[in-house]
Amino acid sequence: MTRVGIVGIGHGVFGRRSDATVQELAFEAFRAAMEDAGLERKEIDASVIGSVPEYHKQRSLAGVVQEYLGLTPKPTWLTEVACASGSAAMRTAWMAIKAGVHETVLVMGCQKMTELSTPEILALMGRVGEVQWESGFGTTFPAYYAMFAKRHMHEFGTTRDQLLDVAVKNHYYGALNPNALFRKEITPEKARASEDVATPFQVYDCCANADGAACVILANEEKARAISQKPVWLDGMACATASMSVLRRPNLVGLPSAEEAAREAYRMAGVGPDDVKVADVHDCFTIAEIMAYEDLGFCKRGEGGPFVTDRQTYVGGKVAVNVDGGLKAKGHPIGATGLSMTYEIAKQLRGEAADRQVPDADIGLTHNVGGIGQYCFVQVMKRD
Amino acid sequence: MFKWFGKVNYTPYTKVTDFARHLKDGRLMGTRCNSCNNTTFPPRADCEQCMSGDFTFVEMSGKAKLHTFTKIVAAPTGFEDVAPYIVGVVDLAEGGRALAWFGETVNEADIEIGMDLQIVPRIFEELEDIKVYYSLEQPGTTWSQVDTM
Repeated sequence: MTRVGIVGIGHGVFGRRSDATVQELAFEAFRAAMEDAGLERKEIDASVIGSVPEYHKQRSLAGVVQEYLGLTPKPTWLTEVACASGSAAMRTAWMAIKAGVHETVLVMGCQKMTELSTPEILALMGRVGEVQWESGFGTTFPAYYAMFAKRHMHEFGTTRDQLLDVAVKNHYYGALNPNALFRKEITPEKARASEDVATPFQVYDCCANADGAACVILANEEKARAISQKPVWLDGMACATASMSVLRRPNLVGLPSAEEAAREAYRMAGVGPDDVKVADVHDCFTIAEIMAYEDLGFCKRGEGGPFVTDRQTYVGGKVAVNVDGGLKAKGHPIGATGLSMTYEIAKQLRGEAADRQVPDADIGLTHNVGGIGQYCFVQVMKRD
Repeated sequence: MFKWFGKVNYTPYTKVTDFARHLKDGRLMGTRCNSCNNTTFPPRADCEQCMSGDFTFVEMSGKAKLHTFTKIVAAPTGFEDVAPYIVGVVDLAEGGRALAWFGETVNEADIEIGMDLQIVPRIFEELEDIKVYYSLEQPGTTWSQVDTM
């Protein structure tokens, strides 16, 4: 089967975008990706849209995006797996190319969240827990990850300061990313002084809801070499799941879906965790990044806290993680996040990440989690 | 009857609807598969082991150990009036887990992972509609004790 290459990437500015509709946000990323690839619309065979429909007033979002991008009558469809919806779009486009159904596919992640109030979003997101037995107790998305954090602290001695070191690192790099929602460094003191959300989390443990879009164009190997001077190859593209309910998980200190997807993605790409130079992981909350280090094999189970505090995930450490600011500083427009991760790692492997460039980045990884680990997508990306 | 379960109920119709009636009468029930005897909490109508849809409710002791917990300060729509509140995930003595609020018999300062707890059926006395739930209480606490507090 053909290799699948990334031939174009585009990223809009993430933030509270009361200036634009969701399709207008999508167009920003689309235009940039098309210019990056040097393609015309007639050369796109199909598009896949990653987005979570409940946030939008427009029903059946793929149709309005397809029309606004000017890609009709080409095929399109929407993928939804909560916060990993964009990565599901990536994977279905990759599958279509692998299968030989399409040669060049545009993948769009777009989301408008801030038209809903924070309590409404908390209610909506909390319902990614199991609604029959959990949501009736007023669970929220931060609360679920907070319970992972409490358990991780209990079993491994992970500290409050180690959690906040994730936030400090990601804000440090977010300050260097022109597409990020928050472009300011923070101190641990500032993070510690922020309001409680769900103990032990305070505001700075949590990523922010945001609006935005990111776009990637994929092609089969032959087309990719013809279109791009420096294609980035999607050699590992794995997905795994875990129970919807936290009541049915084997433990609450990691995400079994992430472990499984990582194993499979490494196998597909013929690499291991030690080969990865740069990674974008799903840091929706500080503990999520620490568990990601462990689930991906960057460090041993339980050692994720010291791993960040020892600066092993800064540029110059063992593996640079979220040096675009992560969800934490970029903001988390849930459908766009998987594409934003892919965009950043492609930039890094192309050597175009400017002042956050990881030296000699030849193998990169994305780790995108849907919900509380019900879904996880891991991509291993390589340059020539 | 399942609409009785939870302060906000998102799933009024289910094959395990009698769970809420039992809870109203002070009994915490799991389900046992009539084909392979697999017992489950939370209840489910369809056996995850042998796929049989033939089940019986069985009463649980409610004895539990705290697995993890959090105090929710930023509450979702429908829960602002009770915030902040503490939820815990407990491991049940008979297997399975439950998620619930801490009740009045446990002091916040005493909450720690690994502590023994009792799951107690509850009725929202302050609401006009019948609304049932269960809470995490000190070991030995019974239904009638928390109701008269």
